Amino acid sequence: MASSIRVRAVENNGVTSLKALVRHPMDSGFVKDSAGNVIPAHFIKVLTISHNGKNVFVANWGPAVSKDPFLECRFKGAKKGDELTISWIDNEGASDSTTATIA
Amino acid sequence: MIDQRRRGFLKGVLGAGVAGFALGSGIVPLRVEAATAPDASDWPQKAFRTPGVDETISELYGMEATESDQITMDLPTIAQNGAVVPVTVETALPNVTSIALLVAKNPNALAAYFDIPDGTLPFVSNRLKMAETTDVVAVVISDGKAYKATQNVKVTVGGCGG
Repeated sequence: MASSIRVRAVENNGVTSLKALVRHPMDSGFVKDSAGNVIPAHFIKVLTISHNGKNVFVANWGPAVSKDPFLECRFKGAKKGDELTISWIDNEGASDSTTATIA
Repeated sequence: MIDQRRRGFLKGVLGAGVAGFALGSGIVPLRVEAATAPDASDWPQKAFRTPGVDETISELYGMEATESDQITMDLPTIAQNGAVVPVTVETALPNVTSIALLVAKNPNALAAYFDIPDGTLPFVSNRLKMAETTDVVAVVISDGKAYKATQNVKVTVGGCGG
């Protein structure tokens, strides 16, 4: 199956700008389904962005982050062609990881 | 609506088929994902379960935040859909190590917080859910001190309804 993560990273004047979109329900645990049963919380807890084995950005998320979360961040020290690794883990222990090349 | 569900179902079936084939053929090393998964053991359970902005800040960072005009927040003043409210935070404060986003009237105030290592700019954009018209608070840790900025969002459709 295709990766749950879509990433676009662009380097410009030494600053890399990264946009990531993750496919995930991000259920808050407060919403009921049509039958009135509470949908249990199911959300990404930690998302990391690493470059050369070092984390350049760590997002700690709670259930108040929107469904299919979007994240944008900027960092220095990477150049065009470098590889980034983006990984996440959710509260049920599921995880996914992908790599992206800086354009 | 029906069409979308069918799409989802088809994708699910196809995906499962491909995954099943990969497993069956023994090509895919099963441990790869486990090895690269981030460590969620430091995830602050308690801070994410605390109602109230000030209580959450002190739970998460162990200090009180002072107001700062050096924090720029970019978010809509009126959000038509509380389920998806884009929030962008940027700051001119030096030596930023962490940025947190709090939604005052959500059942638990803390929505997200971000570690900003050396070399990463104090900038983040994220989308949040909010139940009703509320203050959104950005907290920035700069030089070991906590600063905050607040902006109100008027929500016309809540993000936590069924």
